[in-house]
Amino acid sequence: MAVADETGGGRGDAPLPRWIKPTLRTIGSIAVTMLGLLFVTFIIGRVMPIDPVLSIVGERATKEMYNEVYLQLGLDQPLVVQFLYYIWDVMRGDFGTSLLNARPVAEDILRVFPATFELATFGVIIGITLGVPLGVIAAVRKGTWIDQIARVVALVGYSMPIFWLGMMGLLVFYGILGWVGGPGRVGIFYVDVVPSVTGMILIDSLLDGNMEVFKDAFSHIVLPASLLGYYSLAYISRMTRSFMLAQLSAEYLITARVKGLSEWDVVWKHAFRNIRVQLITVIALSYANLLEGSVLTEIIFSWPGIGNYITTALLSADMNAVLGGTVVIGLIFILLNIFSDLLYKVFDPRAK
Amino acid sequence: MTMSDTQTLRGWLLSETPTSRRHARLSALYQGWLAFRGNTMAMIGLSILVALTVIALGAPWIAPHDPFAQDLGNRLGPLWAPGHPLGTDSLGRDILSRLIHGSRITLYIVALVALIAPIAGLLVGTVSGYVGGWTDMILMRITDIFLAFPRLVLALAFVAALGAGIENAVLAISLTAWPAYARIARAETLTIRSSDYISAIKLQGAGPVRIITKHIWPLCISSLIVRVTLDMAGIILAAAGLGFLGLGAQPPSPEWGAMISEGRRFILDYWWVATVPGLAIFTVSLAFNLLGDGLRDVLDPNSSEK
Amino acid sequence: MKHWTEILTGAALAVAVSFTATASMAETPANMLVIAYRIDDITTLDPAESFEFAGSEVSRNVYGKLVNFDPADLKAGYQPDLATAWEVSEDGRTITFTMREGVQFHSGNPVRAEDAAFSLQRAVILQKTPSFILAQFGFTPENAAETIRVEGGKLLLTTDKRYASSFVLNCLTAVIGGIVDKELVMANEVDGDMGNAWLRSNTAGSGAYKLVSWKPNESVTLSSNPDFYLGAPAMERVITRHVTESASQRLLLERGDIDIARNLNPEDIAGITGVAGIKIQSELKGRLMYAALNQKHPILSKPEVRQAFKYLVDYEGMQNSFLNGQYTIQQNFLPQTYLGASEENPFTLDIEKAKALLASAGAADGFEIEVGVREAQERIEIAQAMQNTLSQVGIKMNITVGTAKQILARYRSRELDVYIGAWGPDYPDPQTNAGTFAYNPDNSDAAGATGLLAWRNAWDVGDLNAKVDAAVIENDRDTRAQMYLDMQAEFRETSPFVIMFQQIEQSAMRAKVEGFSTGAAVTSTSYWKVTK
Repeated sequence: MAVADETGGGRGDAPLPRWIKPTLRTIGSIAVTMLGLLFVTFIIGRVMPIDPVLSIVGERATKEMYNEVYLQLGLDQPLVVQFLYYIWDVMRGDFGTSLLNARPVAEDILRVFPATFELATFGVIIGITLGVPLGVIAAVRKGTWIDQIARVVALVGYSMPIFWLGMMGLLVFYGILGWVGGPGRVGIFYVDVVPSVTGMILIDSLLDGNMEVFKDAFSHIVLPASLLGYYSLAYISRMTRSFMLAQLSAEYLITARVKGLSEWDVVWKHAFRNIRVQLITVIALSYANLLEGSVLTEIIFSWPGIGNYITTALLSADMNAVLGGTVVIGLIFILLNIFSDLLYKVFDPRAK
Repeated sequence: MTMSDTQTLRGWLLSETPTSRRHARLSALYQGWLAFRGNTMAMIGLSILVALTVIALGAPWIAPHDPFAQDLGNRLGPLWAPGHPLGTDSLGRDILSRLIHGSRITLYIVALVALIAPIAGLLVGTVSGYVGGWTDMILMRITDIFLAFPRLVLALAFVAALGAGIENAVLAISLTAWPAYARIARAETLTIRSSDYISAIKLQGAGPVRIITKHIWPLCISSLIVRVTLDMAGIILAAAGLGFLGLGAQPPSPEWGAMISEGRRFILDYWWVATVPGLAIFTVSLAFNLLGDGLRDVLDPNSSEK
Repeated sequence: MKHWTEILTGAALAVAVSFTATASMAETPANMLVIAYRIDDITTLDPAESFEFAGSEVSRNVYGKLVNFDPADLKAGYQPDLATAWEVSEDGRTITFTMREGVQFHSGNPVRAEDAAFSLQRAVILQKTPSFILAQFGFTPENAAETIRVEGGKLLLTTDKRYASSFVLNCLTAVIGGIVDKELVMANEVDGDMGNAWLRSNTAGSGAYKLVSWKPNESVTLSSNPDFYLGAPAMERVITRHVTESASQRLLLERGDIDIARNLNPEDIAGITGVAGIKIQSELKGRLMYAALNQKHPILSKPEVRQAFKYLVDYEGMQNSFLNGQYTIQQNFLPQTYLGASEENPFTLDIEKAKALLASAGAADGFEIEVGVREAQERIEIAQAMQNTLSQVGIKMNITVGTAKQILARYRSRELDVYIGAWGPDYPDPQTNAGTFAYNPDNSDAAGATGLLAWRNAWDVGDLNAKVDAAVIENDRDTRAQMYLDMQAEFRETSPFVIMFQQIEQSAMRAKVEGFSTGAAVTSTSYWKVTK
């Protein structure tokens, strides 16, 4: 114990916990990336050849009105100063006001985000419930027709323009067959019927006990969510298959089989168990991809989510809204990516 | 190195004992080709793409009509009509001819992005991986920033800022695509850079530039090629998406995504105007995916996706 | 294992179908009007600031005005609304309005002259986009308290010059003339903004409806005012739902989920015509579609070239094909149904004549120009059709499509060679168009008169300036009409504007909907006379 006493002095009583440094590093890396993201979007915003002052005052404004608003928006300051102001505002949660409807962008984003979240989550759930089993079965029965079908499903998913498939789906399942609800989140009578608790109509209607609204919301979300779910399923099933294949040919499993372990146990109790972590990272990435796929989907289905919001804002040159939306999506992307990186590092020592 | 009369070209190429460097390279290529050829799906992909190239190159001679010739009296003509097998669009233009000429635009986009993005990524990635230190950190941060954007949103933002048009669309898409290649190149560089082979060359006095260009690049190329081919589908879809939103090629250009957008209004009664270009996009994307899968099986058989 | 999957699939399908099987033919409630319309352009509901189409519709149904249009009789012109009578002073500069007795705002407060004065004053003082409509009479933030005042319970307006009273009254029917509840608005004032922030998403009116909610880009819900002085409206609730796609609107209408679909394109209208239970209503609107030639361009500024362009448009072809039913040929700057509108449409597609004109201007070898077009389907198609005809005389026109803001920005900076777009009247008086198409007192770059179309195209209108000024103060209706006819005749020969079409708005609705009017060319949509 003498050795411990001699070496333990001078630095305080206990060393820093093991996880502090990596966490700080991660936070630092997120911060730097976010800063870069903000910078790029900010530059894009200033490069746009659209006069934000004119958007507010209209074209028949007098020169005085124009100058007044110009100063109000702080456009006379050098770019760097404007950028710093912008960062300061963002950190306080102030994304500015929308040039289009003069509401705080933060408010607008809070309003539209749950719609995308609901859609993407539903899509990922479909992707997982169908994709994982499909991937496992395709791996187990490699080379058979099931494997081929899985491959085709995935291939089609990677090659199909999502907006085209959405249009066709709407035409067939809503226009011709009438099996699902049309564009929008709910039918017109059910707008605002249930109090908005989470912003996700499926959950809010269940909380409120209103099954009619639930059914209607379900019939509206099922088609766009299936669309996104299909893309998610294509990706998840491929990755599951390849993970499972790697596992199933591992030596310890061959040994286990020789020892008489049943196929079911081999597949589910061992191989699948081992890929769970990898799957989670895949799911996280799939989620991130869906956020992007939602842009075109929301346009086709008139879904009032953040993808729709950003696109409308871009096409109307509402720069504050575009910046706000991009920052939010970018942040989520970064967080999801870091989350999957972290998980990978934690559970897979070989990847260090 | 001469061929004796008893040896065929094929035999020479398949020989187990190559007689020179060139012989070895050609032999490897040929054997790779044989492996590739055995993969039916990949061959289908390749043949579709070859057909696409032929159609695109020969568009002015293959297309039955002028893709810009309007005929307001014959709008929205049906499928299988005489003279217009795929019907006519909203201004009476022949859809088949527009599809054929649109293939040129598709190829143009593919070619440009395939040129710009991987090269940029290769440069950044190899330099970053080889030099290391601050350069590496900064370059990787920049890469991360671009990777943090959903591709479509970033492309949208660029095009909205710079103005619509094919060149800007290509630029925007390339800007979103290069980070992935940079990452791959960097990963490969990191693996290679500490190998004995590189150390040996260093000892021989090779400078960093020579090492990177002559030794590291060739080794990265194969995984890049696979990745680029697989990404092509995504790039075509992104370009179509931009065209669909009206931010790609300008009218009257017969870009496929824009054609879908134009036909969207008539989807209920004249569905083929939007469906046909969608099928074309699907086919080409599929072909790239099949080709990419096949290439990966040949060039990178140990990758996890097999 | 195999059986399990079968059972599970079957169960899942059953659940899914039971959830989604809705009645194939829904019905909207009898006392609710459900409309599908593109409302993404609404930025505010404050009548002093609102300047977009969809916003003006809400305004019209929520706010009363001094004088207003009766949706059942639009041809009669403006009628007494919150003002029952008015008198013009001797010098023609002051109008005295007698307010209607016994009308209340939705809040219960009575409608008085003070409220009217407040509404107009704040519109002038806030200086938002539409304020020019009042500012053109000489009302300024400094003099608003004197020029717009209450005396003896009546409202007095004093203009800087003598204007045709019909002109002033027509301007008061615009959105900016909406009368707001002064007490309620001031109670919600913030930082001296005269209630501007609060009125953005709230209403304080006396009209047939009050606002229940406005969700930007989603929906607007109105509920009826049972004490409306013209009688409680039959439709107790009016919901306008934002649906971008024409095809979606059509499907919603066919399924009975909505009563009216307002943005159907010609193909969908054709597809829905004749379907049992659905009817189409067409109303001529005031919007004009035109092409403008930038007079800064060396070739486009030649008079013969300007005229040649007017013969290089396939008016008939476009009207009968992709614009069918939604645009009609109109080649003058006053829309039909306006005072002084002309019915002379002398131009037709005439390649030979155009060639001759171009040759006489020395432009027979053709040239290359750029046209800027907003991202809207029919405009892009018009541009492409024009590109086609122009190519037949050797003129190469390259099309640049952009967002509204992008293209307008370039148009305003006089950067485009050609612009194809639309112009909608700001108020139902001929001055609204004469004063922008044919008026340009200072053509220099420095003047920056981006609000005048003639300025945007660098056209020095010459003696038309004086004619426009003269017509706006002419009090005799017939004389005034003749002045505009003369102006338009001159305009047709000399202007760089190729005016092509006037818009027809087609609304598709369930057959039992009656009394729905989109306001023709003079105003916007009214809901209070609708029955089902």
